[in-house]
Amino acid sequence: MLWKLNKGRPLAEQICEQICLRISTGEFAPESKLPSVRETALLTGVNPNTVQRAFEMLEFKEIIYSVQGSGCYVSPDTSKAKETVNQLFYQKTLEFFGEMHSLGLSNEEIKKYVEEWKE
Amino acid sequence: MSEILTCSGLTKNYGGVWALNNVNLCLDSGKIVGLLGPNGSGKTTLIKLINGLLTPSFGSVKVDGKYIGVETKKVVAYLPDNIYLNSWMTVEQIVEYFADFYEDFRVELAFEMLRRLGISPVAKLKNLSKGNKEKVCLILVMSRNAKLYVLDEPIAGVDPAARDYVISTIINNYNPDATVLISTHLIYDIEQILDEVIFLKQGNVVLHQTVDSIREEHGKSVDELFREVFRW
Repeated sequence: MLWKLNKGRPLAEQICEQICLRISTGEFAPESKLPSVRETALLTGVNPNTVQRAFEMLEFKEIIYSVQGSGCYVSPDTSKAKETVNQLFYQKTLEFFGEMHSLGLSNEEIKKYVEEWKE
Repeated sequence: MSEILTCSGLTKNYGGVWALNNVNLCLDSGKIVGLLGPNGSGKTTLIKLINGLLTPSFGSVKVDGKYIGVETKKVVAYLPDNIYLNSWMTVEQIVEYFADFYEDFRVELAFEMLRRLGISPVAKLKNLSKGNKEKVCLILVMSRNAKLYVLDEPIAGVDPAARDYVISTIINNYNPDATVLISTHLIYDIEQILDEVIFLKQGNVVLHQTVDSIREEHGKSVDELFREVFRW
């Protein structure tokens, strides 16, 4: 999975979302070790301080936990990560509808396009 | 967290032109800071003042609590906006030259970075392409173990793939106790590694803010905000 970041939103927040996404898909399994701050910084091209802040936010939400001298690990309970991902999906759906509405489409019409696309 | 750079009332006048006008600025250790502004806004003037290549008309600059001089030059690694190295020297000779010149120069690190970029140590500088010369200059600067790195337009002449390399070089060598000040026009390419930005406009600091708070407050990237603030 690629790290896709949008420069128009706080990057720390987006790194949190991307890690939650990987936890919810199982790419980062419960109790497994996360890449270090520096590795994540190099992977994403983002400032290590920003990555550090994202990790602190995740730790605060108990999505990950840190072990002194070893690194960060995924919490055994992934429900909070999944909750964050659900919020992200909801947000993206809102954005999609917002964009379609701004193009002048009604909900019925959007639904029609989604149905057609499925086939 | 300590203050690495302090400018108070810093003013530079070039015979009637106010290149910098009463700049008050503090930078903390451990940050990557973007120095942004249109042409002629005073970016290079500020950088030259930090390096002691110019002296202030009024006000003062301090690095690590000291006025600019021999002691501050020991802790500042400077990448100028033009190449000043002797072109008849080989890359290897230049590395040794730098190692002689700076106590904090890490020779093994310099050769390691050159190897990774595929630049031969025995090549003469004049036989390298413009982009490769710039990469050598950046490697020399980042091989120092400085407290303040001042990079004037580090990515202007290199291709987009090498820009990514420059960015990863900065991240890789980033030391949590050091501060990196980067001046550039290519905001979009570099903004993801910045902690804070300084916007200079006609010699005045018009904005000094953390980048994530810009994104939160304005809902746009630093590049978009720059285009808005400096619209003609």
